Amino acid sequence: MGGKTILLVDDDVDFLEQTALRLRADGFVVVTAEGQARGEEAVSSGTPFDLAVLDLMMEHPDSGFVLGHRVRRARPGTPVLLVTGVTGETGLEFDAATAEERRWVPADAVLPMPIRYEQLQAEIDRLLG
Amino acid sequence: MDSLRVLVVDDEAGIRMAVERALRVFVVKVPDFGMEFGLAIEQAASGEDALETIRKAAPDILLLDYKMPGISGLDLMDRLNVDGVDVVTIVITAYASLETAVAATKRGAFDFLAKPFAPDELKSVMFKAAKHIVVQREAKRLAAERKHVRFELLSVVAHEMKAPTAAIENYLRMMQDRVLGEEVTAYDHPIERAIIRLDGMRKLVNDLLDITRIESGRKTRTVVDLDVREVAAACLEGARELGLPRNITVDLAAGGPVPLKAARGEIELILNNLLSNAVKYNRDAGRVDVGVEARDGAVVLTIADTGIGMTPEECGRLFGEFVRIKNDKPRSIEGSGLGLSIVQRLAHLYGGEATVASTPDVGTTFTVRLPIGA
Repeated sequence: MGGKTILLVDDDVDFLEQTALRLRADGFVVVTAEGQARGEEAVSSGTPFDLAVLDLMMEHPDSGFVLGHRVRRARPGTPVLLVTGVTGETGLEFDAATAEERRWVPADAVLPMPIRYEQLQAEIDRLLG
Repeated sequence: MDSLRVLVVDDEAGIRMAVERALRVFVVKVPDFGMEFGLAIEQAASGEDALETIRKAAPDILLLDYKMPGISGLDLMDRLNVDGVDVVTIVITAYASLETAVAATKRGAFDFLAKPFAPDELKSVMFKAAKHIVVQREAKRLAAERKHVRFELLSVVAHEMKAPTAAIENYLRMMQDRVLGEEVTAYDHPIERAIIRLDGMRKLVNDLLDITRIESGRKTRTVVDLDVREVAAACLEGARELGLPRNITVDLAAGGPVPLKAARGEIELILNNLLSNAVKYNRDAGRVDVGVEARDGAVVLTIADTGIGMTPEECGRLFGEFVRIKNDKPRSIEGSGLGLSIVQRLAHLYGGEATVASTPDVGTTFTVRLPIGA
């Protein structure tokens, strides 16, 4: 797994910092972007990455969706992991467990907040496996 | 136009017809609420008929004859009360005795009409009944709305607590797992960040308490004769201290006393919220200029900063709850997102308003108008 690059986009600076630190400790190269706008810049800049971890709600309620589509267009086949604290609470329930869902949800997996690093690690291993 | 359903219950066909004729084209206007109603008249010749009609669909207003063979007016009211039917009942009676009135009132009658009655008397009673219905409906709607707003605030608050809780937990786990090694000093930054997030949570709790106090604690307000300039001068001290490390100047424009009848704590809350924003979102070596003056029948507070400013779109949603405008300020700024909402709620409490004018990269000016003697 070592040496692979992960794009991490979230508007919570502490989540970025903690997750980046742990991923780096696990041997990943991590590119962080705070918020949707910076995330879009990172995606369009051409910086290569092997997987994207995107927060759903940032500047807009659907920031992660927009970014997910950008990633899919800019780098087809790159796995996208969507992290969200809103499913269930807002009635905005969705998952990316089936192929049908993955057709409209621009993600290969959806993880609910708050998320333990071990969960994230397991999902990343699975998607990059 | 909405219409109110009126059921006329009387064993005398003449009365029923007279009511129908008088009310058929009558429009009830309730100008206080900007509403107009037409009346849809239905008839029932006996208590039994009426009961059947009402059980199918309850009318808004019941014009009920007191004395009928079979089920009497009083009997009918008893049964409706048992069934929990919510209807405004006007009792028609030829025997305008005290006894009748007491018996009907006990059963919840809204008003009386003495036979024989003129069309104008009937219309005046109908107007009163319609107004009563409108007021009741409005009260119900407001109660429901308040409940909804409260629930929404609660769920957003719960959500607002989740992110800092997770951040703090994760920093603690990092330490627990010795992610940065055995040396304690390696964790200085995570500890500092955790404290900043805890500080943010404490602010959120304090601000929520302020909001709850504004919403419900009106009884405990002590309104006194204040000199707002003097209050502002006192608040300025705190802001100056806050601005000192970043060399930010905070000044109050000169002038005489500015009297207002107000609760000191509330005026302080307005000023402190605006002043701490003006310092927090300022540039290093920037300025905060505070004005306090009486103008056009109001005390006008202005707090102008030389900070990062905002776009009109950002200004537009600024006074909502949990709005934090994203910017490139240092991460040590942890706001609850409730400060300006508190300012606006307080301004409204005084019959006034808080407004904002801003230019990106130039600065922001907040103005709070508090009418004198409102």
